[in-house]
Amino acid sequence: MADKIPVTVLTGYLGAGKTTLLNRILTEPHGRKFAVIVNEFGEIGIDNELVVGADEEIFEMNNGCICCTVRGDLIRIIEGLLKRKGKFDSIIVETTGLADPAPVAQTFFVDADVKAAASLDAIVTVADAKWLSDRLKDAPEAKNQIAFADVILLNKTDLVTPDELAEVEGRIRAINPYAKLHKTTKCGVAIDEVLNRNAFDLQRILEIEPEFLHQEEHHDHHDHGHDHHAHAHDHAHSHDEHDDKGLKHYHDEEMQSLSLTIEGDVDAEKFLTWVNDYVQREGPSILRSKGILAFKDEPKRFVYQGVHMMLDGDLQREWKPDEKRVSRIVFIGRHLKEDEIRAGFLSCAA
Amino acid sequence: MSAADTASSLTQNVTKIEAGAYVTAAAFLGRTPALALGDGHVVLAEIGSEKRLAAHPDAGILSAARSQRTLITGGDDGRVVEIGPDGSLTEIANEKTGWIDALAAREDGSMAWACGKTVRARSAKGEVKSVAAPSTVRGVAFVPKGYRLAIAHYNGASLWFPNTDAGLDFYEWKGSHLDVTLSPDGRFLVTSMQENSLHGWRLADKQNMRMSGYPAKSRSLSWSQDGHWLATSGADACIVWPFKEKAGPMNKAPHECGAREARVSQVAFHPKALVVAVGYDDGWVLLCRLTDAAELLVHRPGETPEGAITALTWDSDGRHLLFGSAEGFAGLLTMPV
Repeated sequence: MADKIPVTVLTGYLGAGKTTLLNRILTEPHGRKFAVIVNEFGEIGIDNELVVGADEEIFEMNNGCICCTVRGDLIRIIEGLLKRKGKFDSIIVETTGLADPAPVAQTFFVDADVKAAASLDAIVTVADAKWLSDRLKDAPEAKNQIAFADVILLNKTDLVTPDELAEVEGRIRAINPYAKLHKTTKCGVAIDEVLNRNAFDLQRILEIEPEFLHQEEHHDHHDHGHDHHAHAHDHAHSHDEHDDKGLKHYHDEEMQSLSLTIEGDVDAEKFLTWVNDYVQREGPSILRSKGILAFKDEPKRFVYQGVHMMLDGDLQREWKPDEKRVSRIVFIGRHLKEDEIRAGFLSCAA
Repeated sequence: MSAADTASSLTQNVTKIEAGAYVTAAAFLGRTPALALGDGHVVLAEIGSEKRLAAHPDAGILSAARSQRTLITGGDDGRVVEIGPDGSLTEIANEKTGWIDALAAREDGSMAWACGKTVRARSAKGEVKSVAAPSTVRGVAFVPKGYRLAIAHYNGASLWFPNTDAGLDFYEWKGSHLDVTLSPDGRFLVTSMQENSLHGWRLADKQNMRMSGYPAKSRSLSWSQDGHWLATSGADACIVWPFKEKAGPMNKAPHECGAREARVSQVAFHPKALVVAVGYDDGWVLLCRLTDAAELLVHRPGETPEGAITALTWDSDGRHLLFGSAEGFAGLLTMPV
């Protein structure tokens, strides 16, 4: 079986700099051949041999799952591209500024043919340092794009003061503390920070996460879980706190993230039943979920990821001898029911 | 142990053809076997005098269909090209806005193609008419009687008379419809769907019929010559639905033939007998007789994987079968007399 073709999804609100990033990726000397799927074919100069115009046709799957929308045009285009194997080794999908990333991501879960041939590598969101804070207030699309991101380019940092930059970074972190964040001007970032991230197969989540553990108190629920709900509410209006690194803390009223850890093994059957049931029930409000778990009597790490109601998981590499067997899950979503998720997860401990 | 392992074999009667790229479609132009490839070439595989034609230079062929004695190809360069059995290339159309996503042609020389939402029909005299579908078109097919086209799109299919101003006659069913075909007697319209099922309508009264239970999309559909049976891909056997009765396959179980532990990827009914050629996603090809489920082995890949069978077709008298795979392998079966 040949390797799957990695797919990078570029999102970002209007004018944030998606096209700048795309052209930067394409013109760097990297020796890779890209198939680029853009939403406005021919309107902008893209220097690449294989550019395909898409039309963002979203449809609902007839599978009784209300949030299960997919991009029909992507299924069609990838099917066509597969007839030209060898012409390219990666795919980049650029979405419109107003796009919800969910249907794009779900396309790679739902369609069996697409899933067999290609795998979502990362969702990369370009954010405008000057305007993002405003957009987070008035544009739900902008908030979704931040919540879904594996990599965030906080761009146009030259147009804001250090205080404004700290503020917008704090607002991003309130929604999504787990994405890799780069502060850039003109999308100046090493291409390897954007491509081949493997963000969606979760191998990297443990490498990425520790940087944020000390920045976001949501992470250590296991020792003060009992009072967390009230605690979180207090934070909602304290908009100018600084921690010792100068990063502002915000609490987004609508979108939250939640990370839970069990210092040891979980019962595989209990966990899979619980997590599947939970996303079936609460899927519309859960944007992303991820986890790395130590199953009892299983030498390999179980890694899963999800978008809304869809989950995809597998046993991956073995736990290393010097590696502590811990089980950790992460949710990003709207009005997450923290107590319910915590109780459900903790009951899966082995 | 699969039944096919003990099946009688026709493998000695197969001549190998070097395709070298994804085989999008196969057709016979008169007696000449023709393969349309994902690298933009068309191979005219007359034994001993093979021609390789750059029909879509630096592009890929996404769909192809036979018209009289020529092959019509549609590419991701937006071009529609007609290839003659002598190797002549004629550009029929050049759509500037995108890929040729679907294409159909028939014996009288008329043809049709879709580019995004735009569908064009070209009569045998070369007159082109256009219509806009409600959403991107995935499949087009001619209705057997009259100059009329069936179009598959989101939330249903539409029928269109290119020579009238009547617009589209909409057959509604929620979901994404991919390929479209009509029974040879013109009574039934059938589409394959994103949700691993087929949907059918009786043309006369738009009566719905749903054919489900597939583990994968059913992307290859072939009618028996008498129009009583529809062979389909998408399961670990060829699923054959009965369409003889007035209500089509409703409340009837389909036949299954060629069951193996591999997914059926292509099907092609013999033009004269109740025999269906079945191609699998592991590169095998079998012939299955509907009446008694007897099987004959046509092709089995050796050590080297050859990819899924992606194209499969009979010549008009059923003496030859042409097949091709995703990895560029192809073969021509000559039936023993």
